[in-house]
Parts: sequence; C-alpha cells; structure tokens
Amino acid sequence: MNWILLSSLTLKSMLNRRFTSLLCIFSIAISVLLILSVETIRSETRNSFTSTVSDTDLIVGARSGSVQLLLYSVFRIGSATNNIDWKSYQEISAHPSIDWAIPLSLGDSHRGFRVLGTNSDYFTHFRYGGARALTLDAGEPFQAVYEAVIGSAVAKELNYQLGEEIILAHGASDTHFSRHDDKPFRVVGVLAPTGTPVDRTIHVSLAGIEALHIDWQSGTRAKQGVSAEEALKMDLEPKQITAFMLGLKSKMAVFKLQRAINNYRKEPLLAILPGIALGELWQLVGVAEKALLAVSVFVLVNSFVGLLTVVLTSLNERRREIAILRSLGCRPSQVFSLLTLESLITALIGCIVGVAFYFVALYLAQPLLQAKMGLNLSIDALTLSEWLILAAVMLSSLFIGLIPGYRAYRYSLGDGMSIKL
Amino acid sequence: MNIEARCLDIQALKFRWPSSQRNVLDIKALQCNQGETIFLNGPSGSGKTTLLSLIGGIQNATEGHISVLNQNLAELTSRQRDQFRADHIGFIFQMFNLIPYLSVLENITLACKFSPERKARIARRGSSPEREARRLLTHLELGADKLDAKVMNLSVGQQQRVATARALIGEPELIIADEPTSALDAPMRDKFIQLLLQESASTGASVLFVSHDPSLETHFQRSLALPTINRATQHEEAEA
Repeated sequence: MNWILLSSLTLKSMLNRRFTSLLCIFSIAISVLLILSVETIRSETRNSFTSTVSDTDLIVGARSGSVQLLLYSVFRIGSATNNIDWKSYQEISAHPSIDWAIPLSLGDSHRGFRVLGTNSDYFTHFRYGGARALTLDAGEPFQAVYEAVIGSAVAKELNYQLGEEIILAHGASDTHFSRHDDKPFRVVGVLAPTGTPVDRTIHVSLAGIEALHIDWQSGTRAKQGVSAEEALKMDLEPKQITAFMLGLKSKMAVFKLQRAINNYRKEPLLAILPGIALGELWQLVGVAEKALLAVSVFVLVNSFVGLLTVVLTSLNERRREIAILRSLGCRPSQVFSLLTLESLITALIGCIVGVAFYFVALYLAQPLLQAKMGLNLSIDALTLSEWLILAAVMLSSLFIGLIPGYRAYRYSLGDGMSIKL
Repeated sequence: MNIEARCLDIQALKFRWPSSQRNVLDIKALQCNQGETIFLNGPSGSGKTTLLSLIGGIQNATEGHISVLNQNLAELTSRQRDQFRADHIGFIFQMFNLIPYLSVLENITLACKFSPERKARIARRGSSPEREARRLLTHLELGADKLDAKVMNLSVGQQQRVATARALIGEPELIIADEPTSALDAPMRDKFIQLLLQESASTGASVLFVSHDPSLETHFQRSLALPTINRATQHEEAEA
C-alpha cells in the first residue's frame, strides 16, 4: 500500500481544513501536556517523598501512630504527643547492634520554619535521596551552643547569610510573647539544597535547645530569667528529646530491635521502619495524585471525542472525494486508511506539539517548583512511563480513527461511482 | 492500433442490489470496439451510473459477463479490478470532479500515482507526468500557467478540462464520461466534447459518453438509448 501517497493526501486534506485540524491538534497537545505534567509531578513528588529519608533503619518516638511519628520527625508536620526521656535514648543508642543514632528535638520555630535540635551526628549520618549525605553550601556545622545551621530554603526565603543573628520562638507560632529574644543564635552554616524538609529546617545543638528552655516552664518564661551567658555555665544536657533515628550495623537486626524498643519497659516507645511508614503515608496522599491523573485522562478522552466529531463531520463532505479516488483506482482499504491516518496524524502532531509544550512548561516551572515545593524537576529526555503515555495516546487515536475509517470504507463500497453531494 | 479490437463486451448482464429482488440492469449485449466513441443516452434512473460502476469494476454483475479490453472482470479479485480500472479506464464525472485540496497539476497526476502502468506509458514516450499534464492542458486549451492554481479558483468549464486531462493522462484505453457537460452552456459544451474526442482519438482511446441530453449524439460514432437496451426498465414501464 502506498503509504507516502496516502499520508500526503491526508496531510493536504487536513491543510485544506486547517482551522478545525489545528483545533484538534491543539486540543490533543493540551491533553498531552496536562497528562505528562501530572505524571512528572506525580513521579517527582513520589521520588521526593520517598527520598526524604534514606539509610535510616528505625525512627523512635513516643508511642502514637507510625504515620504521625514519621510526619513530625521527618516532614516536620504536626507535633509529638509526648517527649521521650534522654536516658531512654542513651540506653537504646548504646545497644551493641546500633551503628549510629541521631537525637531529634522539635518544638521551636523561626518565622514559619521549624527548629530542630540535634547533634553533630546529624551531619555525619543523616542520608536522603538514595544515601546522599548533607553538604554545606557555606560555613560549617554548629559547635557552640548559640550557633545554627540553616536549610537552603530558609536562607533563600529569608535572605539569610552567615553571621546573621536569629531569634527562635517557642512553639510553632512566632509571636512576640513566645520569642526567645534573650538568646539569639548566629548562622554558622547554610546547607546545600536537598529537595527535602531539611531545606526548610533550622538546625541547632541539643544544648542550644536546652539553653533556650532553661528558664521556661509549661510553655512560658519564668519571671526570673537566665541570661544567655549564665545559661552556658549551667548543665545543658537535655532531659527529654522528641525522637531519634537509628542506623544499625546489620539490617538483619532491624525487626528484633524494633520489637525490643516497642516493648521497652521504662516508657512507651514506638519504633518504625521509615520505608514502611512512608508507604503507608503515600497511600493516603496518593489518592489525590490518582484523582489528578484521572482528570487528565478524561481531558484526553474529551479531545478524542472532539477529533472523532470533526473527522465524522468532514466525512460526509468527503464522500465526493472518496468516489473520485475510487474512480482513479483507490481501493476501499486505502480509503479506510486515508481516514484512519487522519486521526493518527492529528494525534502524532498533537503529541509532538504537546511534548514541546511540556518541555517549555517544565523549563518555566522548574525554578518555581524548586523554590515553592522543593521539587527538583530535571529537564531530561522522556522517561519510559512518559513514552508509554504517548504510545497509549497514539494507540487510542488509532482506535478512534477506525470508526470514520470503517464508515468511509462502507461509503466507498456503497456509493460506487455515484458522487453523493 | 487495431480499431476492431474489443474494448468492451457485455453479454447477458443482469444486476440487482443485494437487498432487492428487482433487476436494475438487464442488458442482452453491448459492445464497443477499440477507438470507438459511443453516446449512451437515457433519463435519470435508467441505470446509467450503475452500468458505469459495473464497467469500472466497482460493482459486480449479478449475472452475465463483462469484458474490458478482453479481460473478463469476473475473473479478477476486487483488488485486481481496482488496479485494472486505474490502469485502463479514465473517468470524468458530471461536476465536482476534482479533489479540492490538490492543485491542478496534483489532480491530473494523481491518476499516475495510483497506476504505475500509466506512468510507465508516459515514460516510454520519453516524458514525465508533469510534462504530460502540461501538454494535455495546452491541448485542452487551458493555459499551462493554471497548473499550480487551486481548483476552486477555476470555472466549471475549466474544472471539467482538468478532469479530462486527468482521465486522459497515461493513455488509458477507455474513457468513461458521466454527464460531464450538464453544467456547461451550449457553446462550451460542444467545444468541450470536441476537445475530448480530439484528444482521445489521438491516443486511440474509446469513449463511452453518458448523457440525458439526446442532442449531443451527433458528436459520436454510435448512439445507444439505455432504456432500449436495458430490459429491466422496459419491464418496469410495462408493469406501470
């Protein structure tokens, strides 16, 4: 079958009806753009979500739900129902199967960003996104009590640089009454972007957290305040922390240790496997992404209905053309192909334009998504799943094209040489 | 070319639509010699277009025998009949003969695209489809400067000449014209028929010219009235 001839006839016919053809192409291109964008954001969100923490074998906090523990310890969302005793932390982290432990102390904030009290192990052992370690863009990890290391988003949004003095606030709301304004912290390090909640966190030492609260009781400051200098002379070993992360020497021991911690006698603790808790959490938030994908698919279906309407409407006008082609020796199967090709060519051009739109949109949205959502969208070649989406679009257009193709085929047999007007 | 060679031979032809019991065509015999010009006259509904579809191999005879250029059409598959039509028969319709989105040149040479044989015949004469289209247009008294024109910008008379050039290109042996002059005024009509016959004579093609206007028969070597040869319409009239 002479495909070049048929394709050229189809293209010229489409060019003759360029306005409606362009509308169909545009409609498919928009659908392709939408579906590719949703897929990208979906997979990037999932990647970014699952890469928030890696190489951590267990996260331990006060007994609550595993999702809640994950949310406050990793995502800095919500708060703990209870703190855990520093002694429990010391006892558990001294267990022979444990390689490293990172204490986490949450509860304070600075201008909407959460403050995390931890120790230097955090910078040594914390991993995200496939075992990547934290790196500093500027400065160094905190050493002194009133020193802070800020995440990249904090530095960017608040325009903070090394040496900046910051006032932390008690609790999540940064109001005048809750500020620890007698004990300012100095920014000594700025972390490189990670695309995780670390970017939006201010890191200080556990001693710093202890110093801040040394004159606080039940959420309010005592009348007899303790100055920053005086606090330094006092015992700054924490009494309580919020949670801690554990890395084990051998993965084999994870379940055994998890069971042991969950049965810890001295206080009710909960140890979770981050991977499993992330999976549970994703099942909750994953509904939204599925709904988004479903909407995109319906938009695509709508485009195809539009395409089908246009091709079927034009078909009646083209019965004359079909009779002429038949008189020239065009076979009914070629008439069938001619109409089917129109859907395929429309979808093909729609896909190409849609992919072009997609890359332009990606290029434009990249800095915005990085800044606002911490999503690192990379402008790479299309992924396998994106190619599969395009293949599905083409396959659907083939099925859609079969309908006018078959009708034209019937006309070509029924009309014979008579030209229906 | 042997003028007595058979271009068309119809014997005991009967045709009815699959859904109908009644014959549309019932023709005992109809012959056309190679190079002969035949005028086939009949009012609308007398089965003219159906007969042309059968000769063109688009429909199959219910009974009887149709040979074109000594080829029994019943012996060919549907695909072979389509190719046979592309190679050996040129069609001109009443009006709206041209593909609206193709230029004049593309419309004319489209016939060669479906028929490698027509293309080969042109090549044997040392020409190309484009040059041949140009030559035919000049002969049909339509300037070759119209080659790249859009067909919708041509008058009906000009469009019919383009359709004629398409039917004639590559020298098919049989030209079938189905009421090609019905949209033309009298002087244009006569001029058109003269040009068509002149060109077909130069290649030795037979012409089967169908019209409901009996005044045109003087242009042709032989005239046949379809109602006379089609016994199916005679039966209908008798029943009425």
